Amino acid sequence: MLHTVNKSPFGNNTLETCIRFAAPGDPILLIEDGVYAVQAANRFASLIETILKTNPLFALQPDLTARGISMIASGVTTVDYEGFVELVEQHRVNSWL
Amino acid sequence: MHVLRHAPHGTIYSYEGVEMILIMATYEQDISVVFIGDGVYALKKGQDTSAIGTKGFAKTFKAFDGYDVEKLYVDQLSLEERGLREDDLVVDIEVVSSGKIGELMHEQDVIIHH
Amino acid sequence: MNIGILVKEGPYNHQASDTAYMFAVAAIKRGHRVDAVFLYNDGVLNVTKLMDPPQDDRHISSRWAQFSLKHNTRIYACVVASKRRGISDDIVIEGADITGLGTFTEIATRNDRLLTFG
Repeated sequence: MLHTVNKSPFGNNTLETCIRFAAPGDPILLIEDGVYAVQAANRFASLIETILKTNPLFALQPDLTARGISMIASGVTTVDYEGFVELVEQHRVNSWL
Repeated sequence: MHVLRHAPHGTIYSYEGVEMILIMATYEQDISVVFIGDGVYALKKGQDTSAIGTKGFAKTFKAFDGYDVEKLYVDQLSLEERGLREDDLVVDIEVVSSGKIGELMHEQDVIIHH
Repeated sequence: MNIGILVKEGPYNHQASDTAYMFAVAAIKRGHRVDAVFLYNDGVLNVTKLMDPPQDDRHISSRWAQFSLKHNTRIYACVVASKRRGISDDIVIEGADITGLGTFTEIATRNDRLLTFG
């Protein structure tokens, strides 16, 4: 199951809630303000590292670019909208709002 | 599966979520409802919205049974974090671990967060 | 693949409608069918043709109208949510209908995927 998270982790606990319920191996895709979670060297760096031990983590490149985020945590994969669609082809979707 | 994650009166998400659940139930969907985070506040006993000018809906959960919406689950950690216990809630509801809710989510074709 | 989309936030205030649109365009590009877009909560405000943003900004309801026409995707606004917010048949874009949650139930069950943007 693909989980999407669209809220900044600084203002909202959606990402932390999502990972509490996601099964190991489930891909997690950060979109919209959700992408702020993976900006390199922020205070969520260790959380991101922990997530990556069990779940593949993706961030939507157009949302990163829109927000001027060029340095992201290592191990996070960026995808464009078509990459988003590809993930949806492979998984049912749980959109955390 | 419907997931209620917002507190009941500050925004409309939980209220319109409940409206959606009741209508979908009339179409004989196999519905489960999960309360996570501030969503658990919707279930709290003793709510009275008469002085804030909004429409209360805590009583609606008691009608879920009549719509055959019987699979209700509340996230244990969310309750505990808020200092709430099972008998603070308006309906009898299964208090379950996040692991159990995660398993239930995995079985779903469709999950809608409110 | 057949895809249903649920949009739960209004235009401009949230990115939800924009992300839903960009996703829908990409889905078509990859050969999928976007069966329907269902609007709930403030999402119903996405199809009012009364919106009139500044010239240099995207026109969210027109964009959905064009998408609907080009890809034969119906756009539905929930009737209860619409009435609550003053959205009626005479002010919605071509390609959009105001309908009940029964329609949403069908969209949620008949498609291979349902995505929510909100």
